[in-house]
Amino acid sequence: MGQTIIEKIISRNTGKPCVAPGDIVTVSADRVMLDDIMIPFIVDKFQEMGFDRVWDPDKVVLIYDHLVPPSQLDDIRHYKAGDEFAKKYGIRHIHRSDGICHQLMTEAGYVKPGDVVFGTDSHTTTYGCVGACSTGIGYTEMASILGTGSLWVKVPETIKIIIEGTLKEDVMSKDIILRIIGDLGADGATYKSLEFCGSTVEAMSISSRMTMANMAIEAGAKCALFTPDEKTARYCQTELNPFQKSLSGDADAVYCRTLTYRAEEFVRVMACPSQVDKICEVSRLEGTVIDQVFIGSCTNGRLEDLKMAAKVLEGKKVSPYVKLIVTPASRKVYEEAMACGALKTLASAGAIITHPGCGLCCGRTGGILCDGERVVATNNRNFLGRMGTSKVEIYLASPATAAACAAAGKIV
Amino acid sequence: MEQFTGKVWVLGDDIDTDIIIPTEYLALKTIDHMKQYGFSPLRPELAAMIKKGDIIVAGRNFGCGSSREQAPEVIKALGIRCIIAKSFARIFFRNSINNGLLLMEQPDLYDDIKEGQEITVTVNQDISYQGKSYKVSSLPDNLVEIIHAGGLVKAMRKRNGLD
Repeated sequence: MGQTIIEKIISRNTGKPCVAPGDIVTVSADRVMLDDIMIPFIVDKFQEMGFDRVWDPDKVVLIYDHLVPPSQLDDIRHYKAGDEFAKKYGIRHIHRSDGICHQLMTEAGYVKPGDVVFGTDSHTTTYGCVGACSTGIGYTEMASILGTGSLWVKVPETIKIIIEGTLKEDVMSKDIILRIIGDLGADGATYKSLEFCGSTVEAMSISSRMTMANMAIEAGAKCALFTPDEKTARYCQTELNPFQKSLSGDADAVYCRTLTYRAEEFVRVMACPSQVDKICEVSRLEGTVIDQVFIGSCTNGRLEDLKMAAKVLEGKKVSPYVKLIVTPASRKVYEEAMACGALKTLASAGAIITHPGCGLCCGRTGGILCDGERVVATNNRNFLGRMGTSKVEIYLASPATAAACAAAGKIV
Repeated sequence: MEQFTGKVWVLGDDIDTDIIIPTEYLALKTIDHMKQYGFSPLRPELAAMIKKGDIIVAGRNFGCGSSREQAPEVIKALGIRCIIAKSFARIFFRNSINNGLLLMEQPDLYDDIKEGQEITVTVNQDISYQGKSYKVSSLPDNLVEIIHAGGLVKAMRKRNGLD
């Protein structure tokens, strides 16, 4: 019988001829990602469990991003805990200020198509953009993987999402994934894998696919997979082996649900306060006055996002009472956006440009908002209290929409 | 069969991890420092009112959002004995089991229950509320093993020959 992409990856990883949804199996981790917020807790649990070595230090990547640079005195404790742990157990892959974990894991080549990857952040689903099975876990499970190299998983059912055709010029992959989350609901893909295919998806850049895989968790998905192609191979700087080339859903694979879309039917949308699945067409929100715009995050802080924002804001100014904050997803993106002039355009328009990091997206540093304020943001969550107080209204949107709103001072 | 009775706090659908414990408190030194902020964006008064042995009943998708394990740890530290919801988000579910916080999926109780009332839970069997029985299904074997070991940390200590 045919297999879905996730079934192929788990079969290969476990050495079984085939696996079926519902099977509970133990997989080996090809790579793990530890982020700064969780590090002291991971170290405590690892020690408490009584391990004396890390199973494979070269498969471990430690990334400081939520607390970069530190904004509270205790934040330093996390750096120290990470550095000491890395030194003690021979972990070489550490990024102290290079960018957001999910951007770095793919950009720096830590993840290859067909890999099984775990990270201590829910948006670890992002690496599905290159055809990897990747998902978020807690710090106790991460500590156990660091000691054993393995973790139990339940083979998920798969929802197939087919998108055919050409998108309208102002519609970005963010609009697509928001609409899909709206259709599935915030728990519509819980315990399931999403599999994206169709000509629209094939035509997309890796960055655009990354935005969609990143947000799959907002529908509860365990992972979100794209078939690796030539673009994937170039991005990962690898040649696809026969296994990696085989990572598409078989014609006779079994799906629990199939959604089919025409690309031409997608329009610009927003997720309205305070649920990710409360999706509304931008045209129905027009005129809503805003206080801040945020363009950045692991969802939408890549070069194509910043270029799009710069294109929209070229020759324009940010509305007088609006703060536009732009955060490139990584140092590499920062440098590329500088080299191509996108940052100059954004700065000239009045943007506040920050160092790469997670601080603003999760309301931890820089740019937090207060009661009654309204923000249009390109990140992935609009939860109550996420970017400041619980009386802040967060509207999630694409970089193109966000930039247009910044110039207008209202939703447009 | 393990059985207990507790007072119920009722929360809604999609209670996300930012509500359970906001990011700004995640880097506090210990769970005990964090627990006073539990559920603060939604109900700032709640953490101080929860007593040991209380039970949370909620709607769909409890624990959605981030992978922060502080969420189930804070709930456990507040004294909550178990959470009964229509459904749970995946990462929160695993994190709770690994910390020995009991979760039960039950489709109907949430629609009937009122906050402040008492229910009696019989683990892996049913929940009794005002004379009515609400059935709950049992957990898969591998999860029961983790819970029986007293959580994942203890299971790993056993593996490493420490306990």
